[in-house]
Amino acid sequence: MHKRLKALFLGGSVVVQLLCLVSTAFALDVPPLRGRVNDDAGMISAQTKTALEARLAELETDESTQVVILTVPSLEGEPIEEFSMKVVEAWKIGRKGYDNGVLLLVSRDDRKVRIEVGYGLEGRLTDLLAGRIVDNDIVPAFKEGQFDAGFQKGVESILLAVRGEYTAPSAEEKGNAPSLVLLLLLILFIYFISQISRGSGGSGPLINGGGPGGGFWGSGSSGGGGFDGGFSGGGGSFGGGGASGDW
Amino acid sequence: MKPIVLRLFAFFLLLGSLSGCGYNSIQQNEEAVNRAWGDLESQLQRRADLVPNLVATVKGAANFEKETLTAVVEARAKATSIQLTPEMLSNAEAMNKFQSAQGELSSTLSRLLVAVERYPDLKANQNFRDLQNQLEGTENRISVARQRYNGAVETFNFSIRQFPNSMTNSLLLKLKAKEYFKADAAAKAVPEVKF
Repeated sequence: MHKRLKALFLGGSVVVQLLCLVSTAFALDVPPLRGRVNDDAGMISAQTKTALEARLAELETDESTQVVILTVPSLEGEPIEEFSMKVVEAWKIGRKGYDNGVLLLVSRDDRKVRIEVGYGLEGRLTDLLAGRIVDNDIVPAFKEGQFDAGFQKGVESILLAVRGEYTAPSAEEKGNAPSLVLLLLLILFIYFISQISRGSGGSGPLINGGGPGGGFWGSGSSGGGGFDGGFSGGGGSFGGGGASGDW
Repeated sequence: MKPIVLRLFAFFLLLGSLSGCGYNSIQQNEEAVNRAWGDLESQLQRRADLVPNLVATVKGAANFEKETLTAVVEARAKATSIQLTPEMLSNAEAMNKFQSAQGELSSTLSRLLVAVERYPDLKANQNFRDLQNQLEGTENRISVARQRYNGAVETFNFSIRQFPNSMTNSLLLKLKAKEYFKADAAAKAVPEVKF
């Protein structure tokens, strides 16, 4: 009986997931996270790219705050706010629990910029400040075609705003304590079952595996696997804070 | 000794089948809806809090059209007067009222921002630009919070409808499906620009 119900539930959730896949397949895909500077539109010179990456890596080692740049050739008609939300939900920039991630997104052909701010930095890098950085640092340089200067100024202002909010916690925080607890519980459970079945002579599972966990918007799982630079998001979440602009 | 063991067995069987039939997950999903609603409400409140500042800044501009401003102020008063507690999320009528009041505020605000295009001095004003950034940021947060709320509602509604859970719900929990927060049609329409 329970097996069938489980199969039904599994079947149902697979269908729901397939539906989700279909609905996202039409929109612009989120590019893979390859490093701190993802220049998919080819707007940044190699020299500036190295400099920016060094600055952002320095920030992360100091304070664990992750700032990532992404340039795309075109948004293909999607609003920049929606696309940027999709990107940060996929990349999960920032450390889980601190939510200290920032995405600087630029669409070359749409001539649009957006700074997307993680929950944990909204107090420092407010919408107002993000808007000023876009309006006063990035847009004027971009208007003159000086993309390198625009990115550098923008990143410096972002760094100035977010510095000091967090200090880097030690990397060994992710210890395997939860799995130890689970193992202990499992041993207790097996012991319990063996005791009971010895007493009553009954067999078969006593307790059906717990109900389906509420599958929610992925903020629970930690970021994707390793990339060539060894860089990945840390599980930070975003709530739509930040500002956009165009040039 | 034996009856106790048997009773224990029955108890755990019942417990197992209850959690297997969604007793816990339904409630977990309902809590998730309440939390998502709280987030959405606080973003809506944030927008309402920005309006007085915006109005004050715009008022300063030489002979800014009165009716646009009055419309915003009235829409704000109406939107803040209607509150929706988590218990009312299953009430379609209350949700409709709430939605239309918030939608009215959205559309009057976007009309105001379009009207501002005709006042270059105001557009160049740093104070106004800051407010505009905050307002845009808040609108964006609202739309993110709305999507998440709707996602939570979907999960909840599905979890009380899906088979074994539907029995648990109709027999024990008796929870009603929650209402979605739809984007208002008036707010979605691009305001007309007249010169």
